[in-house]
Amino acid sequence: MAPLMSDPFVIADKTFASRLIVGTGKYPSHAVMAQAHEASGADMVTVAVRRVNISDRSTALTAGREESLLDYIDTSKIFLLPNTAGCYTADEAIRTARLGREAGLSHWVKLEVIGDERTLFPDNEQLIVATKVLVKEGFVVLPYTSDDPIVCRKLEDAGAAAVMPLGAPIGSGLGIQNVNNIRIIREFSRVPLIVDAGVGTASDAALAMELGADGVLMNTAIAGAQDPVSMAEAMKLAVRAGRLAYRAGRIPRKAYATASSPMAGMVGG
Amino acid sequence: MLNGEPFELEPGRTISQLLTQLDIDSRRVAVEHNLTVLRRSLYESTPILDGDEIEIVNFVGGGSNGIGNFEL
Repeated sequence: MAPLMSDPFVIADKTFASRLIVGTGKYPSHAVMAQAHEASGADMVTVAVRRVNISDRSTALTAGREESLLDYIDTSKIFLLPNTAGCYTADEAIRTARLGREAGLSHWVKLEVIGDERTLFPDNEQLIVATKVLVKEGFVVLPYTSDDPIVCRKLEDAGAAAVMPLGAPIGSGLGIQNVNNIRIIREFSRVPLIVDAGVGTASDAALAMELGADGVLMNTAIAGAQDPVSMAEAMKLAVRAGRLAYRAGRIPRKAYATASSPMAGMVGG
Repeated sequence: MLNGEPFELEPGRTISQLLTQLDIDSRRVAVEHNLTVLRRSLYESTPILDGDEIEIVNFVGGGSNGIGNFEL
């Protein structure tokens, strides 16, 4: 078995050093975010596309130059992945993706079409529609989807560059709720599988990787931790540990004990 | 209309002039003009006409979360 060094993480035509992808929201400050990004080792971070606040600009300007998120992300090292968070229809998501491409000069998009405000579960029907349109326009589409193997297959058929099933509702921290579905999606999919959302702590990320995920995307688990920088490092280690364990091939589960020491030569035998 | 709100502007202004007036760094935003994303190279030559709908967006913090519904 080749060591981790020769285990590249490739999506579309890009190779990433880290299998951990992180968000940029909900941090106590931009400075803490930058430190957490560093500790996470992630070389891809996702950002939301939003209207520039016009009415608040005059106050922001008198207080000095408005602080920009991009001042805290070293884009020479970190790949920016625009997302369509908060979009509720295919049309909104498509427009947002196009704007993100123009703002970031990247034709990649983490595609989200939300179906319900309370659960933030995806609207898979709209998601597939938007994926088809954006793939035709040359986008590399990474769709956030339900942990449903059939939907994942349809997204793959629509040209998605990866599938990103949720482990649990966004921001819930519940961990992977349907382990078996993730396992089946792994078996079915020919594109990278990234578990997106639901991670609460390091063991959740390790489990995702042990199930065969190619990567994990998270935001709240790091940003919302009491110490985001330490949690970012924990997640980095968990993702690496889980990946190594997956590739190493675990022992089969058995109901009864198997001795690890030889029986021959026992004292008193 | 600018970002969904009524906005008064001197006649004959271009997208480029609007960004300057708002002190917005054009390298960090994207502009949608009447529902079509406008190429950066066209900012200077695109005049804003009465009744045009303009959206100016940038990147903000967010991950997998439904932060503030983006009304379009």
